[in-house]
Amino acid sequence: MCLGIPAKVISIEDSKIGKVDYLGTRVQTDFTLLEDVKIGDWVIIHAGFAISQLDEKEAAETIELIKENIVSTEKLSDDERAEK
Amino acid sequence: MKELRSKQAIQSLLKTISQKTRSLSTPISIMEVCGTHTMTIHRYGLKKLLDQAGIRMLSGPGCPVCITPNEIHEAAIGLVTEKKNLLLATFGDMTRVPTRKNSLQKIVPAKDSQIKIVYSPEEALGLARDNPETEVVFFGVGFETTIPSILLSVKRASEEGLSNYSVLTALWIIPPPLKAIIDDKDTRIQGFLYPGHVSAIIGIEPYEFIPREYGIPGSITGFEPVDILLSILSILEQIQKGKAEVTNEYSRVVRQNGNPAALALMDKMCSKEDAHWRGIGSIPQSGLRLIEKYEDIDTEKKYGLRIAGGSGDLPGCLCGEVLRGKILPPDCPLFGKKCHPESPVGPCMVSFEGACLAYFKYDRTERASE
Amino acid sequence: MDKVNLELGSGGKLMRDFIADHIIPTFKNPLLETLGDSARLPSGIAFTTDGYVVDPIFFPGGDIGTLSVNGTVNDLIVAGSDPKYISLSLILEEGLPWKDLEKILKSIQKASKEAQVAVVTGDTKVVRQGQGDKIFITTSGIGECIADPTPENISPGDRIIVTGTLGEHSLAVMLARGDFGLEADVLSDCAPLRFLLPVWQMGTRWMRDITRGGLATVLCELAEPLPYSILIDEESIPLSREVRGATELLGIDPLYLPCEGRAVMVAPEKDAAIILKEIKKHDLGKGAAIIGRIEGKQAKAGEVLLSTLSGGLRLIEPLTSELLPRIC
Repeated sequence: MCLGIPAKVISIEDSKIGKVDYLGTRVQTDFTLLEDVKIGDWVIIHAGFAISQLDEKEAAETIELIKENIVSTEKLSDDERAEK
Repeated sequence: MKELRSKQAIQSLLKTISQKTRSLSTPISIMEVCGTHTMTIHRYGLKKLLDQAGIRMLSGPGCPVCITPNEIHEAAIGLVTEKKNLLLATFGDMTRVPTRKNSLQKIVPAKDSQIKIVYSPEEALGLARDNPETEVVFFGVGFETTIPSILLSVKRASEEGLSNYSVLTALWIIPPPLKAIIDDKDTRIQGFLYPGHVSAIIGIEPYEFIPREYGIPGSITGFEPVDILLSILSILEQIQKGKAEVTNEYSRVVRQNGNPAALALMDKMCSKEDAHWRGIGSIPQSGLRLIEKYEDIDTEKKYGLRIAGGSGDLPGCLCGEVLRGKILPPDCPLFGKKCHPESPVGPCMVSFEGACLAYFKYDRTERASE
Repeated sequence: MDKVNLELGSGGKLMRDFIADHIIPTFKNPLLETLGDSARLPSGIAFTTDGYVVDPIFFPGGDIGTLSVNGTVNDLIVAGSDPKYISLSLILEEGLPWKDLEKILKSIQKASKEAQVAVVTGDTKVVRQGQGDKIFITTSGIGECIADPTPENISPGDRIIVTGTLGEHSLAVMLARGDFGLEADVLSDCAPLRFLLPVWQMGTRWMRDITRGGLATVLCELAEPLPYSILIDEESIPLSREVRGATELLGIDPLYLPCEGRAVMVAPEKDAAIILKEIKKHDLGKGAAIIGRIEGKQAKAGEVLLSTLSGGLRLIEPLTSELLPRIC
C-alpha cells in the first residue's frame, strides 16, 4: 500500500484534478494534497492522489552519490588488483 | 532515473556495505518497516545478496492488510453477504485474507450486492455518485500514505450530502508500533529503514524519538533497490560513528515537515485512539477514527456494527511473530505446508506486501538457519 | 467448495486443480490426459475448443470475434498443426444491438480469412435479457498435424524464445473497461500465429501460447515435469513502454498478464538464433527475443528462476489467484 510512482504532470484543471504520464500510460490524478503543482512537474502518485513533488535538485544529488560510490569502489578494486 | 536500478550501482553499493560490515560484528539486523520495501528486497533478489554482505533483514509491521484484525474483515464480509444491493469497494489484496467467515474473494454476495476492486477511494466515491440507489461501502484500510485520500473521499461525501457512501475504516499510524517492537526485549534491531511514502506525509520528526530514546539508527528510504542500499549504508555509517539519527535518503520526495495539507486533514477529521494490531496487540494512540461529525459516513456507526479486535486469528498462524521481526517466514511451521498463497492461513501470505508471500514467491527455499 | 466461484476460470491454481481433480477422473482417456492446448487425434488431426467471455466485447485492437478465431487457431498451431476449419457457436443475450452483432460477425470473417481457416459449422442460441452478458462465443478448431512436439527431448542448454512483447491484450481490455482511470495507446496483441508454423521444422521442441496465467504460469507448467530448472533473464523479457508503465502503476507483475497473439517455445541452442531470425521476419514477431534457457542440475528440478535486473535471483511462481477477470 506504500506503492507510489513518480510521474509527470500533463494536465491540471482548477478543480485540482488532472492527469499524469508514466511511460506513456496516463492516469487520472487528484492534486488536492499539493500546493503548487504545474504541468511538467514530477509527482509521486499513490491510490489516485499526488502526495509529494519530486525535488529535482535532491534527485540529482542522489544520483551523484551513486556515481561517486561506483567510482570509489572501482578505484578500490584497481588498488586491490595492483597489490596482487 | 534508471541509475536507481542499475546492476553496476547495486553491485558497487553491496561491495561498500560488505567492506563496512567486515569491521562490525555481523550479521547486522535491520528492520524494513514497510511491506513495499519487503517486496522490493525480495523481488530484486536482494535478500540473499544482503545476507552475503553481512546484513540480516527483518520484516516489520508495515503491511496494513496484515495488521488489520480479522474481525474487521469479517465485518466487511458480513455486510456484503447479508445486505442486498450493497457494493463493497476495496483494494485488491484485501479480498484474499482468510477469516472464520471465509474470504471476500470466495464468498458469494447477497442478491444484487457485489464486491468491486478499486485503485483509489475516489473511484469508490464515484461509484456512490453514479449509483444513488446502491449503498456503497469503501473498505478503507491504510497507513498515513493512504489515509489522507480516504479522508478526502469522506470530506467530499459529507459536502455533497451523499447519503449512500460510507467508509469501513482501519486507519493505522506507523510510529507507535515501532516503539512497541523496540520495547520487546526479545527482538534485537540495530537499524530501521523508515517507510518512504508514509514519511512523505508525516515528515521526519515522528521518528526522532527512536535515536533519541533508544540510540537506534535509521534512514528514511525510497523504493528502488539503490535507495534501500543507500539507506543501509547510512545506517552502517551511523553505527560506525556511534551517532544514531534519522537520515533522509529519500530526500527527493520527503520534506522535513511532510505534507501539511495531508496532516491537516488527519488532524481535523480524526481522533487518535488505542488500537489492536494483529499479532502485536493493543498499541496506545496508534489508530485513527473519524470524528463524530462524520458519523453517517463511518460504516461501523452507520450500520451499528460492533467490531472488537483481538481473537480472530486462525489457529497456528504466526503472522504476529513475523510482523514483529521475531521470526522469518520460513521458520513458521505452517509456511509452505498448510499455509501458502492458494490456501493462506494468515494475511502475511495474502497481502502484496506480506513478508510470508514475499518469501514464498521469491525466496522460498531459504531458511533462517541457512 | 459448494458453489462455483470466479476463481475457477482464472487460469490459476483453482482451475488447474479442478481439471486435475474433476475433469480428468470423470472423462478418463489418454488423449485428454496430455492436457495439451489441442488434442492430437490418431488420424493426424488436432482438435481444440475454447469459450470466449471477454468483457467488454469491443476493445482497442480487436473484439470478442477476433479473439474467438485467433485463440482457437493459435491453440492448434502451438500443438504442431496447420489450422483448417473452425466451428462457431453463438450465445446471444436478448437485446444485444444488431449493429454490434454485425460488427462481430465481420470481425470473425476478417480474422478467419487472415488465419486461413473456414467457418464450416455453427449454432446460434438466444437467452433472455439478463441471463447472459451480451454475447458468449465458443469455437472449436481442427488442424492437420504437421509436426510432433518433443517435450521429452528438452535438455539443458536449450533456449527459451518468446515471440513478442507481453501483456498488451490484457492492458487493452483493462483500458476499454475504464478500470482504474487509465489511458494509454495500446492495442490488443490478438493475432494468428500462423507465421510460426515453419519453426516446427527448424528444431522447435515445444510451444505454448501465452494466455491465461501469463508467461510465468506457462513457464511453470513447462518446468514442472522436467528434471531440470529454467533460468530466465529479466532484462531480456520484451515489454512495451506502455505495459511497463501501467503494470508498475498498478503494482501488477507483467509476467502474469495474458496475451492473445504471443507464444513461447523451447529450441536447441544450436537452432535458436536461426529460429529467432525466422520469427522476426514477420511484423507480428518483431519483438521476439531469447529470454532464457533450460538449466542443468545445479538448481532444483521443476523450478523457474529469474535473474533480476539487479543481479539477484528469485523464484517465479505460477499464478495462484485471479489478477483480472474476463480478459479472454
